[in-house]
Amino acid sequence: MTRLTPSTKSVALHIGVVLALLALNFLLPEYHRGVFARVLVLAVFAMGYNLAFGYTGLLSLGHAMFFAAGLYGAGLTIYHLEWSVWPAFGAGLAAGVVVALVVGFLALRTTGVAFMIVTLMFAQVFYLMTLYFTTYTRGEEGLVLPQETRVLGFPGGMLDLSDPSTRYLVALSLFAIVLAAILFLVRAPYGRSLIAIRENEERMRMLGYNVFVNKLMAVVLSGLFCAASGAAYAVLFGYVGSGFAAIQYSILPLLWVLVGGAAATLGPLIGTLFMFYVIDTASSYTTAHLMVVGLVLIGVILFFPKGIIGTVRERWLPWLP
Amino acid sequence: MAFGPYFLLATLEGLVTAAVLSLIALGLSLVFGVMRVVNVAHGEFYMLGAVLAWWVASLFGGHPAIGFMVALVLSPLVVAAIAFVAERLVLSRLKYEPEATIVATIGLLYIIQQLALTFYGPEARPVEAPFHYRMQLPWFGYSAYKLAVIGFSIVMMLATWFVLTRTKIGLVMRATQFDRETAQAFGIPVGRVYAGVFALGAGLAAVAAVLIVPIQQAHYLMGHDPLLLSFIVVIIGGLGSLRGTVLAAVLIGLSDGIISMFFSPTLAKMLATLAVAMILVFRPQGLFGAAAR
Repeated sequence: MTRLTPSTKSVALHIGVVLALLALNFLLPEYHRGVFARVLVLAVFAMGYNLAFGYTGLLSLGHAMFFAAGLYGAGLTIYHLEWSVWPAFGAGLAAGVVVALVVGFLALRTTGVAFMIVTLMFAQVFYLMTLYFTTYTRGEEGLVLPQETRVLGFPGGMLDLSDPSTRYLVALSLFAIVLAAILFLVRAPYGRSLIAIRENEERMRMLGYNVFVNKLMAVVLSGLFCAASGAAYAVLFGYVGSGFAAIQYSILPLLWVLVGGAAATLGPLIGTLFMFYVIDTASSYTTAHLMVVGLVLIGVILFFPKGIIGTVRERWLPWLP
Repeated sequence: MAFGPYFLLATLEGLVTAAVLSLIALGLSLVFGVMRVVNVAHGEFYMLGAVLAWWVASLFGGHPAIGFMVALVLSPLVVAAIAFVAERLVLSRLKYEPEATIVATIGLLYIIQQLALTFYGPEARPVEAPFHYRMQLPWFGYSAYKLAVIGFSIVMMLATWFVLTRTKIGLVMRATQFDRETAQAFGIPVGRVYAGVFALGAGLAAVAAVLIVPIQQAHYLMGHDPLLLSFIVVIIGGLGSLRGTVLAAVLIGLSDGIISMFFSPTLAKMLATLAVAMILVFRPQGLFGAAAR
């Protein structure tokens, strides 16, 4: 085993994870398969967040707006314009990229604490917009996409996205694509330059890198992945509501990434999965699941600032990407 | 009612908002100014102050003024004590690193909110005002209690200003804010100053909350809007500037009162938030603040 290079090992590990998740589709009981499908979609959200927060060091408190841009981009076009799933998904992605481009262009003029507050405020404006245009969005109550609109057309036939198995496999495909993209990105020179910017922005500027453009690219890519997660959530689970644009959905990806491990490719998946099951277990004993979120946040930041994967990488497996 | 009296009413309501808001924002501004910590849980300390005020007031029978006065003293003290403990247990161990403290105060926010929901419940409950006198203006009657709130806030602001600029405690706080390491080298117990400032900030929010509960009811989610508004005030006023904070609070309070009387409150909030985000992007030192050091 010692002859394997770290690069081969990490690619093998990622393929292994995706194959294991594929096998779980046939092994998991119905309830847990539903949970996993949701976790896979939301892990894409967390991976998008990780690209900005973990790799580039941009602590944003407004990523809910990118998720919600994808959610509404797909949901509203299906509900009001009766688009089919493919173009609606595309509309969701486009909405995410546009929002990320505008917000990134403005917010990246600030750094540190100001960046957090500015992103928080833009997200709040987005949230209030979903409430203000309640004629189209129905605000907190939200829209339920009818089952017959949620079919994925292929040259060979149609896939019903409300079927649990199809839903799981579609969620896994999206997850695998984004995981591969992130793995490729962070090993490419561009990903290395993002990490370097996180570590020492001044030096990168001195070396002649255009820091602003690199960071803007990172925000746009992050927004794209988050929007993909949002759009997939809309078509797979058939519900679109303002709650997904609220501040909690900006905090949750931060929590998932911190718990799983920032700047680790598999961190978001592990963190999302862990938190889902922690809250799930906790809610069978108590209704106080916010308390659990709060305690885990404080506990992780105090005792495991590197998260699960980060700690594993530090102690045992230094080659983990 | 004609436009004039209507406008006067909006202005008075705006001034009440401004008075309470400036107290909350002052607390946030002190914590950020001295400790460089963005306290996301600040709104929850405010909420806790209101909930405790209801609880204390409900223990006392007789004249409502007795319960209210006890709450006005007790509730800020309890909230300050809780903040003190949280600072010692969590924030001090994080070495006040900005990103880590934000995450930790978000955690604190959830914990306090959940505790309030579990023990206080989802209902909104009022505290009776200490007196019910109505001032008769030529066009409408106006609650004298609301005017008293404005007056009391002004007194609290003056007291804070006095402590900051004219006492030994204030001197120590300003020294810590100016240069932490040098202050430590001169034997100032920086850790204790930080804990004290954090407690003071939370206490100010709690005072504001006790003042507001006879007007608005106590509710476990009431901390959210004041948090955003006081962020806005602190940013516009310029960080660490007491005068800027008060001016910005009056500006925001008045415009909030007047705009939401004539436009949809959602639209008003949306435009205000967007405007402040833009200020932060293009003029990060605030409207009244000096350029950053």
